[in-house]
Amino acid sequence: MTTTVTRPDVRIQPPVRPTPRKERWIRRAPLLPALIFAILITQIPFLYTLYLSTLHWNALKPGNHPFVGLDNYVTVLTDDRLRAALVNTVILTAGAVIFSMILGLVLALLLDRSFIGRPVVRTLLITPFLVMPIAAALLWKHAIFNPAYGLINGIFGGSTDWISSYPKAAVITTLVWQWTPFMMLILLAGLQSQSSEVLEAARVDGANAWQIFRRMTLPHLRQYLELGGLLGSIYLVNTFDAIFSITQGGPGTATTNLPYEIYLTTFRKFEYGEASAAGVVVVILTIIVATFALRVISSLFRMEEGR
Amino acid sequence: MNKRLSNTIWGTVAWIAGIIFVFPVIWMVLTSFKQEQDAASNPPSWVFTPTLHQYAQVFDRNITPFLLNSLMASIFSTLLVILLATPAAYALSIRPVAKWTDSLFFFISTKMMPAVAALLPIYLLAKHLGMLDNIWTMVILYTSMNLPLAVWMMRSFLLEVPREVLEAGEVDGASLPTSIRKIIMPIVSPGLAATALICFIFAWNEFFLAVNLTATAAGTAPIFLVGFISSEGLFLARLCAAATLVSLPVLIAGWVAQNKLVRGLSMGAVK
Repeated sequence: MTTTVTRPDVRIQPPVRPTPRKERWIRRAPLLPALIFAILITQIPFLYTLYLSTLHWNALKPGNHPFVGLDNYVTVLTDDRLRAALVNTVILTAGAVIFSMILGLVLALLLDRSFIGRPVVRTLLITPFLVMPIAAALLWKHAIFNPAYGLINGIFGGSTDWISSYPKAAVITTLVWQWTPFMMLILLAGLQSQSSEVLEAARVDGANAWQIFRRMTLPHLRQYLELGGLLGSIYLVNTFDAIFSITQGGPGTATTNLPYEIYLTTFRKFEYGEASAAGVVVVILTIIVATFALRVISSLFRMEEGR
Repeated sequence: MNKRLSNTIWGTVAWIAGIIFVFPVIWMVLTSFKQEQDAASNPPSWVFTPTLHQYAQVFDRNITPFLLNSLMASIFSTLLVILLATPAAYALSIRPVAKWTDSLFFFISTKMMPAVAALLPIYLLAKHLGMLDNIWTMVILYTSMNLPLAVWMMRSFLLEVPREVLEAGEVDGASLPTSIRKIIMPIVSPGLAATALICFIFAWNEFFLAVNLTATAAGTAPIFLVGFISSEGLFLARLCAAATLVSLPVLIAGWVAQNKLVRGLSMGAVK
């Protein structure tokens, strides 16, 4: 676009501004290492996955890997196991996100009031999120849900095997316990960004607490709820630790979600081609969800720019 | 009077909720100081003679190399993330490049790509290069995992540097290194620390890549816990000791960074 032509008067003029082209590259320079690193590490494996998804490749069978076009996609999309995994992913993700959001909202409303020891309670409430996820999963599996010496049966009696009787609920409970603090923090930030003068004015005008919550707080919280829900979904859709350690996808395929199913296809069945096709399908589904997420984030972002 | 009463009531409710939420963690720590027969008793035992036996057992089973691997992967990836993300965030905020929003959204979109879709090619590539079960593979992967988060977070902190002060500095002839050292750093360093702590937390807790790409040589702390998945017999107290031990660094980092936690988790979108 712009070409640098050496002009005779260049020496006479003081070099106040470098040429626009050079200036652009100077501006770009700090960005490039991170950009190149991200492209190398995240985009190239994905292109390779695309390529692998067109091969018939079972690592247990010797010989070459013939090109089979879209065959793996046909297998994957007509496979019952994968469809079950898709349904399970939706149930587990939606269950965990919805319950942690409701609990997180209740806790954020409690923490938004002033009371003695509020910072301590906040710290207590954040703690579950900080426990290593696989440690949390094993803690719930062995110390809480176990039929013989778990805490639930220990306190309330009975001998229910919680994990085999209610596998999805057991996984969701563990996830909700870990993710409620995340939702709470985002919603609390939303509550605290409300203008106290406007709320006070509403109170003076005779609005009761419920009316204020319903008409003012909830609409104000809307984008924070959206952000929490979408970020939570993006993290939780990839849940692996809890499935791997609590249920191993069982009983049967009751808790096998997409990441776990793809893991099984790759490292237990060694169907590399099919696993790659399933991976591509997951990426496409994620892109759909992520498009919504980006829209929410960019709306928050415009608000911030507008200030 | 009425208001004070309702604050006391709701405050009490909040305290009860906080204690219920943290209770599994308290139970984990309590159990880690029990003898195995106390840990496996039904009804649960509340009074017991505390012992460090389980922690000794965990160290006997050689948890140390796992902790050291985690420490290495987390610290080196965090350093690398900060080195890459801070200049990038600078080029996306203070002196923005053309089309800086595109770059910003490219970074966040890499965060949204499920790791499971990239696992196989990464595994095959690492195998081909002889880098399976190598801690530096994990350093590189954790760097790319945390990079978008760090870029977004650092950008939101850099935007807080007042333009006027920077411009005044330039007019006074301050060079770039000087204005970084004298103007930008003092404002941004708490944010830098928070970003580093959050990247450390995510790297330390990462399980999916670690379980598939490491084994004995480069196994990280979460991998040490895999042995407890289907344990039989008396092991609950030892599991709790190991779980407490591996969670401790993140608990401390998280408590320290808690005021900035929400900003990191929302990629800087929520202050």
